[in-house]
Amino acid sequence: MTNTISIRANGLTKKFGTFVATDHITFEVYAGEIFGFLGANGAGKTTAMRMLCGLLEPTSGEASVAGYDVYREAESIKKNIGYMSQKFSLYEDLTIQENIRFFGGIYGLSYEGIRQKGNQLLADLGLQSKAKALVGDLPLGWKQKLAFSVAVLHDPKIVFLDEPTGGVDPVTRRQFWDLIYQAAARGVTIFVTTHYMDEAEYCDRVSVMVDGRMDALDSPQNLKEQFGVNSIEEVFYRLARGAQRAD
Amino acid sequence: MNATIKILLVQMKAFITKEFYHVFRDRKSLLLLFGLPIAQILLFGFALTNEIKNTKIAVYDQAGDRASKRLIQRVEASKYFEVAAMLHNPAEIEGHFKSGQARLVLVIPAQFEADLARQQEPTLQIITDGSDPNTANTITNYLNNIIQDFQTDQKGNLQVRPEVRIVPVMRMLYNPQLKGAPNFVPGVMSLVLLLICVMMTSISIVREKELGTMEVLLVSPFEPILVILSKAIPYLVLSLVNLTLILVLSVVLLEMPINGSLLLLFGISTIYIITSLSLGLLISSVTDSQQAAMLLSLMGMMLPTMLFTGFMFPIENMPIPLQVISHVVPARYYYVIVKAIMIKGLGLSAIWKETAILVGMTIFLLVVSWRKFKIRLE
Repeated sequence: MTNTISIRANGLTKKFGTFVATDHITFEVYAGEIFGFLGANGAGKTTAMRMLCGLLEPTSGEASVAGYDVYREAESIKKNIGYMSQKFSLYEDLTIQENIRFFGGIYGLSYEGIRQKGNQLLADLGLQSKAKALVGDLPLGWKQKLAFSVAVLHDPKIVFLDEPTGGVDPVTRRQFWDLIYQAAARGVTIFVTTHYMDEAEYCDRVSVMVDGRMDALDSPQNLKEQFGVNSIEEVFYRLARGAQRAD
Repeated sequence: MNATIKILLVQMKAFITKEFYHVFRDRKSLLLLFGLPIAQILLFGFALTNEIKNTKIAVYDQAGDRASKRLIQRVEASKYFEVAAMLHNPAEIEGHFKSGQARLVLVIPAQFEADLARQQEPTLQIITDGSDPNTANTITNYLNNIIQDFQTDQKGNLQVRPEVRIVPVMRMLYNPQLKGAPNFVPGVMSLVLLLICVMMTSISIVREKELGTMEVLLVSPFEPILVILSKAIPYLVLSLVNLTLILVLSVVLLEMPINGSLLLLFGISTIYIITSLSLGLLISSVTDSQQAAMLLSLMGMMLPTMLFTGFMFPIENMPIPLQVISHVVPARYYYVIVKAIMIKGLGLSAIWKETAILVGMTIFLLVVSWRKFKIRLE
C-alpha cells in the first residue's frame, strides 16, 4: 500500500427523484489498498459503486477514479478498472479459453497479449488442462476465481468487486481472498462490497454505509476499538440498528 | 486514429465471435433460426396451400358424343380435377353432393357436338357446393379456364370459320395458374425474417441482463453502441443466410420465380432485417426476462404480421380502422416489395415509395430504441 490516492470522493451524492440513494459520501482509497464497502441492502453501496465505475452520473459532489473525473472522463476510467458483478459474470456456454479471449478482446488487448496473459492466468489457477471446458461445467468456486482473474486480465489499476463471494463455501472464499491479496500485492486497488463480516476483517480499511451515508471508515482494528467490541460484525450491527431503510 | 480503429476491430471481432458461439451452442436458437423457415415453407407450400388440387367432380354427360368425350378428357387431364363419377340422370346430382363424392358437377347438354359445329354456343352447366363459397369460386374458375381452352381448340378441330366475336377471357396476370406459392412465399419471408430477428436480438440482449454480463460489458471500455452493433451483425448475417435458404427452397421445391433483380431483393431485405433488429432492440429495452421478451416478440410481431401483411387476408376487405393500423406494420411494405421484385420483376422505380417508407420506419425505430436503451442504462 502506498500513499497515492486511487479513488477520491467528495460529497458524492445521487438522488433518484426525492430518494437520496447516496448522501454526500467523502472518502479516499489508496493504491494497492483493499477497501471494504459494507452496508445492508438498500444502503446505497451499489449506487456508489456504479457512480465510481462511470455507469451512473452523480447528482452532485466530486469523484475521481485513477485520477480521472467521473463526470468528464468516464471512458478513461473504464479503461483502468476491472469489474466483477454480484451475478457470476462469465459466459457459461463459452469455454474458459473463449471467455478469456472475449474479455481480453473487448478490453482491447492484442492477440499476443491475450495469449500470454491467458496462459499465465490458466497456469496460476492450475486450469491448463481445462482450457477447453465450458465454464458452465465448472464448480462455482472455480467460476468465481476465474471471473476474478478475468476481471484483472487487462491489468487494471483498480478492481471493483460487487459481493463477489455470494453462495460460496468458506474454504473457497478463503482461496478467493488469496487471489485478492495477490492482486493487491501487485499494486491493484481492491474496492469490494460484501455481506460477509469475516471478509470485512480481511480488508485494510472498512467503510460502513447506513441509509446512503458513510457512518464509519477505518481499519477493522480501529473500528473495533472505537466501538469497544470484538468483531466487525458487532460494529456493523451497532451502526445498522439505527437504519431507516432496513429490509 | 489508426490504433483506435485497430482496437475497435479487435473488440468487435471478439464480440461477434462470442455471439456466434451463443447461437451455435444453443439448440433452441438453432432450431428457431433454421427450423422455422424450413417448417414455414413446407407448411405453407404443401399443407396450407389455398390452391385446390384433385377436386372430385361428377359429370352428367347427356350428349355422349366425340366433343363431350374430348372435353371430359381435358378436364380429367388437368391436375385440378378428378372425374369421380359419370352420372346418368339428374336425380343423382344431389346425392353426390350430399355424400361428398363430388364437389362440382358438370352437366353437358345433349347435341353438344352438333351445337358446337353449328356455332350455337351450347350451354354447359356447372353446379358447385355453395356451402364452401371460396372453394366453389376457385374451382369454378379453374373449370372455366379449361372450358375456354377447349372451346378455342374446337374451333380448329371442327374447321369452323372463325367469326369476329368477343370472347370474355379471364386472365390472372403474373400468376396464370393461380398458384399459391407466389402469394405466400413473400408472406413467409416477411414473417420469418421479422420473427427471427426480433426474437433473437431481444432474447440475446435480455439474457445478458439476466446473467449480469450486461453490467460487465457496460463497465468495459467497449461502447454501448458497439455492443448493440456487434449484437446486430451476427443476426443480420444469419438472417441473410436464412433468406437465401427460403429463396432456394421456394425456387427448388415450389417453383417460385425470381423475375426481378436478386441484388435489389437482398438490398431491400437487408433494410427490412435492420427494421426487425431495431424492433428487437426496442423489446429488449422494455423487458427484463427472456420469457417476457419471447412472448412479446411472438404476440407483438406474429399476429399483426399475419393479419396486416395481406398474404392471408386481403387488407382491402378489412374495416377502415384495421386498414389504418396495417399502415404501421413494416411487413406490409416489405411484402409488397418482395412480390413486385420476385413475381412482377419490377425495379426500384416501381417500389421506391414502399422502400422509402421502410427506410423511414427503420430510422425512426433505431432512434427510438437507441434512446430507450440508453435511458435504461441510467
